[in-house]
Amino acid sequence: MVTGNLTWLPNLINSVERKSQREAYGNALEKLGVDRNVVVLDADLSTSTHTTIFQKKYPDRFFNMGISENNMMAVASGLANSGKNVFASSFAVFATGRSYDFVRQSVCYADSNVKIVATHAGLTVGEDGATHQIIEDMGLMTGLPNMKVLCPADAMETEEIIGYIYENRGPFYVRLSREKIPVVHKEKSFTFGKSELLRDGSDVTVIATGILVSAALIASDYLKSKGISVKVLNMATIKPIDREGILKAARETGRIVTAEEHSIYNGLGSRVSEVVAEGYPVTVYRLGVNDVFGESGKAWELMDAYGLNPLGIVKKVEEIMVARS
Amino acid sequence: MKQYIGTVQEALDIVHIKEKAKEVRKLIIRMTYEAKSGHPGGSLSAADILTYLYFREMNVDPRNPDWADRDRFVLSKGHASPGLYAVLALKGFFPIDHLMTFRKLGSDLQGHVTRHVPGVDMTAGSLGQGLGNAIGMALAARLDGKSYRVFAMIGDGESNEGSIWEAALSANHWKLSNLIVFLDRNMIQLDGFTESILALGDLEEKFRYFGWATRTIDGHSMEEIAEVLDWAKYQNGPKMIIAKTVKGKGVSFMENNPDYHGKPPPDEKKFEQALKEIEEGF
Ligand SMILES: Cc1ncc(C[n+]2csc(CCOP(=O)(O)OP(=O)(O)O)c2C)c(N)n1
Repeated sequence: MVTGNLTWLPNLINSVERKSQREAYGNALEKLGVDRNVVVLDADLSTSTHTTIFQKKYPDRFFNMGISENNMMAVASGLANSGKNVFASSFAVFATGRSYDFVRQSVCYADSNVKIVATHAGLTVGEDGATHQIIEDMGLMTGLPNMKVLCPADAMETEEIIGYIYENRGPFYVRLSREKIPVVHKEKSFTFGKSELLRDGSDVTVIATGILVSAALIASDYLKSKGISVKVLNMATIKPIDREGILKAARETGRIVTAEEHSIYNGLGSRVSEVVAEGYPVTVYRLGVNDVFGESGKAWELMDAYGLNPLGIVKKVEEIMVARS
Repeated sequence: MKQYIGTVQEALDIVHIKEKAKEVRKLIIRMTYEAKSGHPGGSLSAADILTYLYFREMNVDPRNPDWADRDRFVLSKGHASPGLYAVLALKGFFPIDHLMTFRKLGSDLQGHVTRHVPGVDMTAGSLGQGLGNAIGMALAARLDGKSYRVFAMIGDGESNEGSIWEAALSANHWKLSNLIVFLDRNMIQLDGFTESILALGDLEEKFRYFGWATRTIDGHSMEEIAEVLDWAKYQNGPKMIIAKTVKGKGVSFMENNPDYHGKPPPDEKKFEQALKEIEEGF
């Protein structure tokens, strides 16, 4: 682990092992394809989401809907309600934002067996800029009854989560990255609805999701060398949220910092705050995108510019230590 | 169909405008190569129409980009930003050097067009919204009793979106004679060829059924662009011009190649080759 190097660019990001979540998704789909009930839809982004891996093997059960995300969700629902186990993919901005009402009515209210697996979430979309960088998707999807929301920390967890949602009926939303992201897991460890303890600590808990889990680990190791003991939880299930795990952390460390590549509104930070406010009030500081749109730039450069890196977490931890000591 | 016979002056202008389009194409290649990302294919297919509109047709003033009486242009297929940015820079809305900041952190030249850039009338990037935006502008012109025209460009892949057809209905419903739209019919979208992904069929006929005045032209012929814009002056209601184009036009390895929808020349050799082919009129 690199210590003392707390920004992604350029040395840190190139010195850690990274893997692609979307490739992991495509490969997982290919394996699940042996089940003839599995049907995959995409909306003219299959070469980017990697649903092409499934398409090549099972062309009959792959439907490229063209650039019509709304219709894709409606059709997905029709297939699901005729007995199919449906995976529908696009970029996160279009799968959730563009087709929101279709997801609301046809997928969630109808309680359809549709798995929305979206790639290119957040700022790390990079050069395409704000139009494509959704930082509101977890909020949109969390607000929908029947919907379950997942945000894996790396490629291995992605594979596990795809396996889990395949086996479980009903609407799911899975949020993946465009970038190859740092490897967190050496072995399988995903449990639906449960946070994962990655580092134990007593001064403060950092609860992170997705791409920022690896950043939390780096921050934790750095802070340890500075005499601050940081517990790190990976929260891959955003809904249903792990109340027990959050309250336990609140009781044990008395302070919580959340970290996500998402708006500070309606994502992980909001959910954690709700849980502690109701169950065991402690101070929660949220690291995320502060109610602004993103912009064009290189993925990791943007993460640095918006403070979504190990340094950003370290700063939040230092702030919360001062505020509460 | 009425045959349009241009003047000698216009013939000279056309030579000049073709040279401009070459410059636009070279800038598209330079910008995307410098950014190591971006969408050359659909920018090159649109380049001739964009150049013609800004250099010969539209009433705009680079010194006064927000002039209330200017003609408007909405690039609904907002990923073709290199094409529009290059035209605007050559027209004098901002310095040409500025183009090299395209897609870089801190630049106003975002990956997809935004109206914060001088000369850009509308933000776009999520496909299927620009046609409605243009309709709003055309309605506003009517409300304000202004004579400006609203031009727009949509993609053929983009026309998969239901919202394009919702907009098609409303433009006809309100009989928007001040609305002139080009459909960049390059037959390619992101994953591949339009007719194999979601067949669009005869778009001229489809829009005609939706009540539009429609024509099909060669979108790389300045003469045909000139002629159709003259035709448009005499038609009632919204105008849809199906412009048959070649995605990646002007660069041999990009032409008709879906791989170059969202990929710049991969190396220096290909970069130089692209510039050379454009210069020599491959
Ligand atoms: C709503 C929406 N869905 C998906 C995309 C991703 N996307 C960007 S360009 C593109 C293909 C566009 O094809 P077309 O309209 O034919 O453009 P052109 O070939 O002229 O570049 C796609 C699917 C998007 N920008 N917006």
